[in-house]
Amino acid sequence: MTPATPDHPRPHSPWHLFIAFTVLALQGFGGVLAVAQRELVDRRRWMTREEFVDAYSVAQLLPGPNVVNLSLMLGDRFFGWRGAFAAISGMLLAPLVLVIVLAASYNQLASFPAVAGALRGMGAVAAGLILAMALKMLGTLRRNALGPLLCALLGLTTLVAVTVFRAPLAWVVIGLGTAGWCLARWRIARREGARP
Amino acid sequence: MSSLPLADLFDLFLRFLMLSLLSIGGAMSTAPEMHRFLVAERGWLDDADFTTAIALAQAAPGPNVLFVPVLGFQVAGVVGAAAALVGILLPSTLLSLGVSRWGAQRRDTPAVRAFTAGLAPVSVGLVFATGWLLSLPFIAAPDHRLGALALIAATMAVTLKTRLAPIWMIVVGATVGGLGWV
Repeated sequence: MTPATPDHPRPHSPWHLFIAFTVLALQGFGGVLAVAQRELVDRRRWMTREEFVDAYSVAQLLPGPNVVNLSLMLGDRFFGWRGAFAAISGMLLAPLVLVIVLAASYNQLASFPAVAGALRGMGAVAAGLILAMALKMLGTLRRNALGPLLCALLGLTTLVAVTVFRAPLAWVVIGLGTAGWCLARWRIARREGARP
Repeated sequence: MSSLPLADLFDLFLRFLMLSLLSIGGAMSTAPEMHRFLVAERGWLDDADFTTAIALAQAAPGPNVLFVPVLGFQVAGVVGAAAALVGILLPSTLLSLGVSRWGAQRRDTPAVRAFTAGLAPVSVGLVFATGWLLSLPFIAAPDHRLGALALIAATMAVTLKTRLAPIWMIVVGATVGGLGWV
């Protein structure tokens, strides 16, 4: 992967990772993934868009929350297990304290209509962030070994399977992921066979 | 929030340890099984507790997996929260660390390159699906539909065109929502 250059900076220490992941986790209302892509790729530039998609794809297929697996991989890449621990702790610690405090005071909060309205507004922003992130990820497929047609086919099948048929996620990822893997092996083998 | 006997707490921890390895695609995919265990089998929580835990975790900042410690908190307070969170994360985290190190050493082999290339379009499709599912309640509800869709579109435009930190967009969303505009 890309070495540290001025264009591709890296965190100074596990502590720096911990702070960065705390900051991004605390912005993640309704999901952290879109904020993670924004902070790690667009703003801090610790990963490229392609690296983010790769790491996310692997995180997706492994058991466990995707964003926790993603933090783990990024932290491990920079500082080994200390980095992994720092990134996961940053991702979880502050939000955990907040959500437990919320759970303990939930019954008093729920009676205010302004609170319900604010949650709705935050939900709409969360949806917009995710859709914008999807559009950015789309650009990374341009250099994919599968080629545009197979990429579109796999992506659209995934979208329809999840939104229209509500297929269980594990089936979608394992089924379509295996199909994608076989197709990509075939394309890479053919391309590299053409120029020995 | 009762104080649970130690044996029951350990049982909860073990259950969540096992569920961790089944949580492909995120902890939310194991929510039906947690519901079966906590509500139907043990009767430690009722349906409303369960739904509240998921709604709180989605409303609060941070990963959605935090609904799991909220469930643990509802069952057995802070100790329950810790048991549930460590249980659901420990096995999957250790496995992911191993697999990602294994894959990083073989990054340039055709099999691993095909793996990331083949999965990328599926991942992109899943993120579009998530965006769609999150937008659906705003499209389905007739109240303030236009305001909500405008807010979604504005968020997309700002995200694509600027480097503004997401927290400011969230603040705007909470403000216009609190005023009753979306």
